[in-house]
Amino acid sequence: MAIVFPTPRRLGWRLNPVGLVAACVIAFWAVIAVIGPWITPHPPGEIVDYDFFGPLSAQFPMGTDYLGRDMLSRVFSGARYSVGISLAAVMIACTAGIVLGMSAAVIGGMTDTIISRLLDAISSIPSKLFGLVVVAAIGSSIPVLIAVLAVVYTPGSYRFARALAVNVATMDYVTVARARGEATIYLIRAEILPNILGPVLADMGLRFVFVVLLLSGLSFLGLGVQPPNADWGSLVRENMGGLSFGAPAVIMPSVAIATLTISVNLLIDNLPTRIRDRSE
Amino acid sequence: MNLAEIRDLHLGAVTDSGRKVEIIKGVSLDIAPGEIVALIGESGSGKTTIALSLMGHVRQGCHFESGSVTVDGTDMVTANETARARMRGTTVAYVPQSAAAGFNPAKKLMDQVVEVAKIHSLMPLDQARAKAVDIFRALALPDPENIGDRYPHQVSGGQLQRLAAAMALIGDPKLVIFDEPTTALDVTTQIEVLRAFKSVMKNGGMAGVYVSHDLAVVAQIADRIIVLKGGEIQEQGSATQILEAAGHPYTRSLLSAFKPDARVARAQDVDQLGGIVLAADQITAGYGPVDRHGRPHKIALHQVSCNLERGRNLGVIGESGSGKSTLARCMAGLLPPVSGTVSLGGNDLAPQVQRRSKEELRRLQIVFQLADTALNPAQSIGDSIGRPLRFYHCMKGGAYDARIAELLDMVRLPGAMRHRLPGELSGGQKQRVNLARALAANPEVILCDEITSALDTVVAAAVIDLLKELQRDLNLSYVFISHDLSTVEAICDDVMVMHHGRVVETLPAAGLHQAARDPYSKLLFASVPKLDIGWLDRLTQDPDFTAAMAAR
Repeated sequence: MAIVFPTPRRLGWRLNPVGLVAACVIAFWAVIAVIGPWITPHPPGEIVDYDFFGPLSAQFPMGTDYLGRDMLSRVFSGARYSVGISLAAVMIACTAGIVLGMSAAVIGGMTDTIISRLLDAISSIPSKLFGLVVVAAIGSSIPVLIAVLAVVYTPGSYRFARALAVNVATMDYVTVARARGEATIYLIRAEILPNILGPVLADMGLRFVFVVLLLSGLSFLGLGVQPPNADWGSLVRENMGGLSFGAPAVIMPSVAIATLTISVNLLIDNLPTRIRDRSE
Repeated sequence: MNLAEIRDLHLGAVTDSGRKVEIIKGVSLDIAPGEIVALIGESGSGKTTIALSLMGHVRQGCHFESGSVTVDGTDMVTANETARARMRGTTVAYVPQSAAAGFNPAKKLMDQVVEVAKIHSLMPLDQARAKAVDIFRALALPDPENIGDRYPHQVSGGQLQRLAAAMALIGDPKLVIFDEPTTALDVTTQIEVLRAFKSVMKNGGMAGVYVSHDLAVVAQIADRIIVLKGGEIQEQGSATQILEAAGHPYTRSLLSAFKPDARVARAQDVDQLGGIVLAADQITAGYGPVDRHGRPHKIALHQVSCNLERGRNLGVIGESGSGKSTLARCMAGLLPPVSGTVSLGGNDLAPQVQRRSKEELRRLQIVFQLADTALNPAQSIGDSIGRPLRFYHCMKGGAYDARIAELLDMVRLPGAMRHRLPGELSGGQKQRVNLARALAANPEVILCDEITSALDTVVAAAVIDLLKELQRDLNLSYVFISHDLSTVEAICDDVMVMHHGRVVETLPAAGLHQAARDPYSKLLFASVPKLDIGWLDRLTQDPDFTAAMAAR
């Protein structure tokens, strides 16, 4: 009998080329988000060029902004805010949504009704308006932004997780566990979660994209990250004036947003079979 | 000249992992005009695949490799899709297993039945409708003039199956393919459907292919039987030949699985242990919203009482909707009854599972019908079996591992299986794992809810043998719920017949037929198909039976 080595392909963890490229782009931005401030060629806050809205050049690979600051440095240091805030927000939103969703599906009855109606009420508030009111009331800071984004995206995550968990909760193996006298915590952790993990992870990726876009939108409206710091959304806003000159300063942060969000979408569309199979 | 000829047919398939498998390995068979040929075998034997190839159809992922399928002079393998479509419905017709899934719920039955005539422009619509009514009459459907105006959900399962046959017969096909048409039906309904099919086929002089796993059903309707296994023909011959002088070992194992050894009651053991281990007293339960008097919308059980003596087995038998599974759910505490009590070893149990003690729960275990959905697909076999050990007995380390190995050995599975996931096991193996999980709790009573119904005959017989052996070794008592009389007779000491949520009567398993007093239980017992070619004809000529059927 031949020896079979457990290669990623045999274990079902192999990515297809599109997924691999997408994963590389995401990894690139993740690394930049961590080490960005140390590898910027110029200090992101300082005016380094005599010209504003400068073109692409060897010295300024992404051009310069409306004050003559280096765009590459600003995009790199902005990655920390865009990726970091979105990641924190999506983690909180999805954790809360999934835990509540599974609890509602397993416990059922009044608990289910109360949680569902409460979150329905939250989801009925327009997200940008909600952000506007909160920021106007208590001012904009990073914890407030994370909290706002998390609250906005919890109901969607809850709905999705609950819908999946309700289907799993009627399976015989869950009934067997109930008949054995298992506690709700065990049912959620061991019987339900592993069987909804695939689609839930995919949903999490999708929700991350929404959060990046909403954060960029809020920053664009001036409600997000405040100057002198800037995330990608604020960078687009600052350099709006360059749009009519075709300045790279307005295009580059938009490209950064687009590459990140499209890559996340492509990655979840091309997840390894091992994860995808769980969703079927 | 044969109507259909299959010559050295090879069919291949590509699995999800890209592996190529051959599912039909060189099958040749003939069907003469007017002849009914049965294809019999277990699941995965290729019987449906062969039947579908007669229509030139292969299921998703499969393809013709070589060989020919000639129907009425046309080779279905090489014919193009247009030519095949022209043949379907007019030369070859198909009756699916699940008629409920075969009908569009949004359209009236008549519109769907005459669809074949409409698509092929066989006749004007009025004429097609008149013809459909004639077919309804021939299939003994009630109110043939108006039944076509109803929607699929307004007729019963047996009626729907006959309407599916009417849909197939409207184009006057020369060959009708029946794909397990009575498998999902209750025995009493099965008789009506079989009788209708048989008379229509005989009067119309049509040839048929009858796909089934049930030898007794096939014996009633087929002229010739072909036994399949693993995509190859094992044996073929006339119905009498196969039933009375089967040559092939596989056919013989099919036949012997049909008549399992009856349970030998061991009187001395009963004397030793004695006592009632599980009792239900006047249980009323149901589903749906509860009204002002605390009664649920749909009552599924009306004051059901039963007793299970230690070391003995109680069979619960009834048709679908008789409340037998609801009874198991009440006993297990999954559905709290409206009134009545369940007691275990003389102590009353709380109605809800949450209020029962761990010790009470441990003593009463439940095993479900569908082995696939009863195992968590994300947990290894070892973890599934091991959970009750940790939960009830707080076992750890070496003792835990040793006990899992012992449990797997008890249900005759190799010890290495503990590392596998449920998806890698066959249906019979999964059901053994389910049993092992129940045994892990060291129970006194196991509720078996149709545990053999989804298994192939031979596999089911092996599971029944295993249950008997375990009972001998571990001193268990079973409540065995089933719609299949022969399995209940094989394992139980007492049989309780249920109908519409009420207990009809409780009888000793030995000599059920003689002891039955109630007309419903007589009808139910008489409706179980027998391995006897003339059984259906004799039964329908029996005036007592016909009267009981009409009174149903």
